[in-house]
Amino acid sequence: MADFEPQLTKRFNVKDGHTLKGYLATGGYESLKKLFTMKPTEVIEEVKASNLKGRGGAGFPTGMKWSFVPQNTGKPIYLAVNADEGEPGTFTDRYMLFNDPHLLLEGIICACFAINSHTAYIYVRGEFYEQIQRLNAAIDEAKKANYLGKNIQGSGFDLEIYVHRGAGAYICGEETGLLESLEGKPGKPRIKPPFPAVVGLFGCPTIINNVKTLCSVPWIIANGAKAYAALGTQESPGTHVFGLSGHVNQTGYWEMPFGMPFMDFLNNYGKGVKGGKLKAVIPGGSSCPVLTAQECEDLTLSYESMKAHGTMFGTGCGIIMNEHTDMAKVLKNLTHFYSHESCGQCTPCREGTAWEDRLLKKILNGEATAKELDLMLEVADNMEGKTICVLSSALAMPVRSFLKKFRGDFEKYLVKNTVAVPEKVQ
Amino acid sequence: MKVEFKPEVKKEFEAIAARYPVRRAALLPALWLAQREFGFISTEALKATADLVGCSPAQAMETASFYTMYQKQKPGKYHLQFCQTISCLLNGAEDVRAAVEKKLNLKDGQTTADGQFSLQGVECLASCHTAPCMRINDEYHENLTVEKINQIIDELKAK
Ligand SMILES: Cc1cc2nc3c(=O)[nH]c(=O)nc-3n(C[C@H](O)[C@H](O)[C@H](O)COP(=O)(O)O)c2cc1C
Ligand code: SF4
Ligand code: FES
Repeated sequence: MADFEPQLTKRFNVKDGHTLKGYLATGGYESLKKLFTMKPTEVIEEVKASNLKGRGGAGFPTGMKWSFVPQNTGKPIYLAVNADEGEPGTFTDRYMLFNDPHLLLEGIICACFAINSHTAYIYVRGEFYEQIQRLNAAIDEAKKANYLGKNIQGSGFDLEIYVHRGAGAYICGEETGLLESLEGKPGKPRIKPPFPAVVGLFGCPTIINNVKTLCSVPWIIANGAKAYAALGTQESPGTHVFGLSGHVNQTGYWEMPFGMPFMDFLNNYGKGVKGGKLKAVIPGGSSCPVLTAQECEDLTLSYESMKAHGTMFGTGCGIIMNEHTDMAKVLKNLTHFYSHESCGQCTPCREGTAWEDRLLKKILNGEATAKELDLMLEVADNMEGKTICVLSSALAMPVRSFLKKFRGDFEKYLVKNTVAVPEKVQ
Repeated sequence: MKVEFKPEVKKEFEAIAARYPVRRAALLPALWLAQREFGFISTEALKATADLVGCSPAQAMETASFYTMYQKQKPGKYHLQFCQTISCLLNGAEDVRAAVEKKLNLKDGQTTADGQFSLQGVECLASCHTAPCMRINDEYHENLTVEKINQIIDELKAK
């Protein structure tokens, strides 16, 4: 792997790296010097030129998203930071928040300066109690040292950042569900358009960005888009914190530039598959279509390679399954998850996720025939493209890929003999 | 029984409410305060919260009921929240949970008669690389095994 300088994890092993003192001693808040010499539009252009893509799952280009904010509405503009991290298999934002909270604050300052926002809310999932404490402590420190508040470092730019604690609902990670939750309501996603960049929080223009997206920005400002784009691949520039869980000998997370062959990542960093040969990989959180071992052979850690393999980069955290894994049971776990987490607004999602769960239960109980397997596919078809948000597709895609690629694991549960019950013999 | 927020908690809340342009937006933080002060979100606590925020009890109820971390019944002194999602499942979460159910004679959603332990199955806790995992109150416990969970419970019992 090419040499690179860690950007996101460089303070993970620095003692007191999470405090202002430790942060400043390791180059913290350096990007602001350059930031405040730039115009907001120049910041947006720089981030566009870096081709940074959103790390929350959808991979939308960050600079472009920022450019959608209308600057002439006369309303305040908000930034909402997505720290709801709830996608099954995903666990790295948690460490960003804990080990380097000031880096997130610095990224927020850059983003807010670019979009002309003076208030940011960090939406943190309710379970992250320690992370919330660290964030609040970092905000207090930054305020005292005038990295937040009025006229930051004499720049004339004002910014307040507040932490908002979630309370246990996966759907609040969906950007408009998150906004509803920030407004004190149930986290039920909104119909788009209007897009939040135009009508978002409290009816005002709002940008929603993931934690790692924002943590990537200070380096881009300090070192320039060119240096960032020189890392990784053309379509996937920069570095990311990649993760591995499931059946791996060494689970964990590692920062590196995009583009490493997936099997090298699994074998060299994950130290190989635990308990047998590789059977399947869900590459970027549970909503991504599953891949077979064979499909992983020429896979690389990049947006474009995942797409070419019919799946998604997602969050960059892979779930590994060995040859002894019963894929029917794994899918049952997912149908349960999505039916539990559906917010219930859309019929195809509310009924579809629950129906998939019931059908699979029937199959696992040995009470189903091939008809039920086909019905699962039919239900999946009816769950996509007809709903307010993509949670519904996030189950439909796994259902289709599991059944297509691992049908045998499901067929073994089917009632084999459909022969009529023999007539009673006297 | 009517419950009321202490004056200092009301003050704490006002500082939080000032962060938002709309008071209703402070409903989630208000419910967190209610849970901290009254132990769980009872009907009375909901009414007090609605009063504090200035929304209707129905609005407070609608929001409280949507989120799984607001406890609608009094949880045990030690509230065990087991991750039951995919990476934990792949690493033996079912065995760990069965061991706890057996040891405490508890099922999902129940609390022991002495009020010490309650059990709740939860979804992915974002600690998938240290599976199986759970939270006890606000603390994470990771890389669990049947042995380890039995030991943790014995230690809590002895406290
Ligand atoms: C059901 C659902 C759950 C989501 N959960 C998260 C999450 O926990 N964290 C996150 O950053 N994005 C999550 N997203 C993606 C967000 O909707 C949004 O695309 C993202 O926060 C935008 O930030 P980015 O452009 O920086 O990636 C979720 C999306 C859906 C549909
Ligand atoms: S698709 Fe599902 S989760 Fe999304 S808004 Fe509709 S019902 Fe809610
Ligand atoms: S699956 Fe258990 S913590 Fe993510």
